[in-house]
Amino acid sequence: MKHLEELEDKSVYILREAYKNFDNLCMLWSIGKDSTVLLWLMRKAFFGHAPIPLLHIDTSYKIKEMIEYRDRLARDWDLTLVVGQNKEALEAGMSPERGRMECCTALKTRGLQQVLDEKRYNGVIVGVRSDEEGTRAKERYFSPRDKNNDWDFRDQPPELWDQFKTRFEPGTHVRIHPLLDWTEINIWEYIKKEDIPVIPLYFDRGDGLRYRSLGCAPCTTPIRSTAKTVDEIITELRNTKVAERSGRAQDADRGMEKLRKDGYM
Amino acid sequence: MDTAKEHFQIVFVGHVDHGKSTLLGRLYADTDSLPVGHLDKVRDICARQGKVFEYAFLFDAFLEEQEQGITIDTARTFFSWGDRQYIIIDAPGHKEFLKNMISGAARAEAAVLIIDAGEGIQEQSKRHGYLLSLLGIRQVVVVVNKMDLVGYSEEAFRAIEKEYRAFLSHLKLEPQYFIPASARNGDNVAARSGAMPWYGGLTLLESLANFVKLPARTDLPLRIPVQDIYKFDPRRIIAGRVEAGQFSVGDTLVFSPSNKTAVVKSIEAFNVPNVVHSVPAGRSAGFTLDEQIFVERGEVASHKDAAPEVSDRFKANIFWMGKNPVPVGGRYLLRIATAEVEMEVEAILGIIDASTLGRGESPERIEKNDVAEVIIRTRRPIALDRYADIDTTGRFVIIEGYDIQGGGIVMEVFKDEQEPFRAEARRRDFEWRRGEIHLDERVLRNGHYPGIVLFTGEKGSGKARLARHLERRLFNGGKQVYLLDGKNLQYGLGTDLSDSDKEEMVRRFGEVAQILLRAGQIVVSTTNTFALADHQIIRALVHPHTVIAVHMSFVEGPLPDNTDLHFLESDDLKAAAKTIMELMEEKNILL
Repeated sequence: MKHLEELEDKSVYILREAYKNFDNLCMLWSIGKDSTVLLWLMRKAFFGHAPIPLLHIDTSYKIKEMIEYRDRLARDWDLTLVVGQNKEALEAGMSPERGRMECCTALKTRGLQQVLDEKRYNGVIVGVRSDEEGTRAKERYFSPRDKNNDWDFRDQPPELWDQFKTRFEPGTHVRIHPLLDWTEINIWEYIKKEDIPVIPLYFDRGDGLRYRSLGCAPCTTPIRSTAKTVDEIITELRNTKVAERSGRAQDADRGMEKLRKDGYM
Repeated sequence: MDTAKEHFQIVFVGHVDHGKSTLLGRLYADTDSLPVGHLDKVRDICARQGKVFEYAFLFDAFLEEQEQGITIDTARTFFSWGDRQYIIIDAPGHKEFLKNMISGAARAEAAVLIIDAGEGIQEQSKRHGYLLSLLGIRQVVVVVNKMDLVGYSEEAFRAIEKEYRAFLSHLKLEPQYFIPASARNGDNVAARSGAMPWYGGLTLLESLANFVKLPARTDLPLRIPVQDIYKFDPRRIIAGRVEAGQFSVGDTLVFSPSNKTAVVKSIEAFNVPNVVHSVPAGRSAGFTLDEQIFVERGEVASHKDAAPEVSDRFKANIFWMGKNPVPVGGRYLLRIATAEVEMEVEAILGIIDASTLGRGESPERIEKNDVAEVIIRTRRPIALDRYADIDTTGRFVIIEGYDIQGGGIVMEVFKDEQEPFRAEARRRDFEWRRGEIHLDERVLRNGHYPGIVLFTGEKGSGKARLARHLERRLFNGGKQVYLLDGKNLQYGLGTDLSDSDKEEMVRRFGEVAQILLRAGQIVVSTTNTFALADHQIIRALVHPHTVIAVHMSFVEGPLPDNTDLHFLESDDLKAAAKTIMELMEEKNILL
């Protein structure tokens, strides 16, 4: 399990660098397995504490169990929870029926941007992994975004020997990615090693279906799987060659690249 | 990715168009390491766009890259083969994207260098070799690609091998293998080629398995750069990654450059089954000390018999990625481990020509993508090591504006004139017998920290008057303060010294000052006998106590280095003392 230790050490180092260098920091928590592992790593880094707010962008289309789980952990782990929601767009009737890209842009990207603007966070910790899809493989650990939240992937700052970008022009912010080196199996192996409570939606609960990746209810479909435990998920992943996000509609036809250029996670 | 397997990070570098993406595409396709449907999907896109399918397309994730046919930024992918899980870093070789190549290569344990058999060794191929050696990568495989374009000629291959081996040997880099290959046709990538019967060596895939995992830095002297200090609960935890060596509960640690020492009381961790007694290199740790000493981010903890060097001047090799050239005298921010300090390029000794590895003499400035030998001076002394001794505390980055624009390694640490005094301070601090009362308790009772206000300036410029006024103001305000004049020592402690022993006089003055500081006093020092260089000695001896330098003169003029405040002889005493006290508050002497 040495590799898990290496991953943990690097993530902890990045989290501590972020905490030291940014005066107004938050962590995005999507309630999924990755960002929950990230939250756990924060408690590792800060010896049981979660000293920065957890930001959840609630599209109102999240699966019900996710909200219950969120509120329970927030209470049990003494978290500062900030919930962001693009109320205007929702009142104007935004929904996946209007088009998936439109809906993601309005409820997630815009929803996030609204909170960032309002709270003036200059550092946002995000649980993306480089094995999730192509554009994420090109990310830096500390990735600057400009005033419009744009990501200029052609001109990213150099990053070497764990020296990161911690200075930036006023009005901009930095996305921090401590999980970049982790893979989907690593996440599950770590959940097992540390005994991290994850949301039950990831397991088959009798109907031969489980979620492999969690998003909004209308746009995420469960996969056929009888994995009922973390061990069974690990075994299943070792034997699959199906991409993790194949159950997510937004990734089709390079939708992710377009979304990410505009500030999506 | 399977953690039961060994993990290994490899960077792929090569000049633009030398076929790096194609080689990677081929490696993944031939080892069946692509996600289901990925190959078909890319073939499909090509068919729809009327393009001939290329293996490179499998790796170029951005639309724009597919259009231009180049890899823009470094990407990481994973594949599993044999007993290993490989993390492949695809680093673009295009000249403008050098900073991306460096970002990618800095993470790697080994490198695959790609050279186009038709084009031969380009300047970029040499530059890549040079940068890999500068980044400390010792394990290299060279793939001579596009062998199909030179008729699979052994001669062509041997010529490139000979020339490139000779070049790399100057960098003390000895590639494990040279492999003739054609990524397009799959020759010697994952499968042996029938087209080159003269080649009896390994395929690329086989060569990867022969890279060895680098040993942990556990056997080196201990280095823990302090990352932060946490007080979320009653524990006061010092956080930092063990960059080299290892430490245990009960070890005496010394923090450089402050020279503070304390014993490790506990090692703290969240959600671990057993109490942790020791921590090896590589781990992000947290520990508490037996004493509440004041240490801060940027200091380096070590064992006292093998502490890092402390200096403000060193020779380095740097590479520059910034748009603006670096002039002699250029001022930047230097980051080494967790320390951040202002720096100046004191001298440019030469630009290293990547093609010949020769050193052009005394250039005026360093341009983008240059590698140069320089002398760096930092504003205050920092803890560091020679890169050859301990790599992680011997390498640094240079920040201009908002970004990291350069990187480098420490070649040689210069001892400055204060070094003998710094060494004395170290020895003395290690062996100092402490009393029962800790400085924190004195601070609590006095309501202020100790600190020293050094007055400089010509005779008659009014510094004695101002110093006395300041002493009176501080005393009346309830502070523990003492005016220390060099003259007083001359007739007592220094009675055995002649006028030519001035340095010894200064040393004794500094030691007396540091005893007063340990006793919690604010020391106001004024003397005409000491020059500027002497004040540097005093600083070295009283380090890390806060020093405020106040200069007084008859007229406006250039100020000595490190002056904090300047007053004219004609200035209002009261106002001047007020300004000094404000700075004392700012510097955390007065609370």
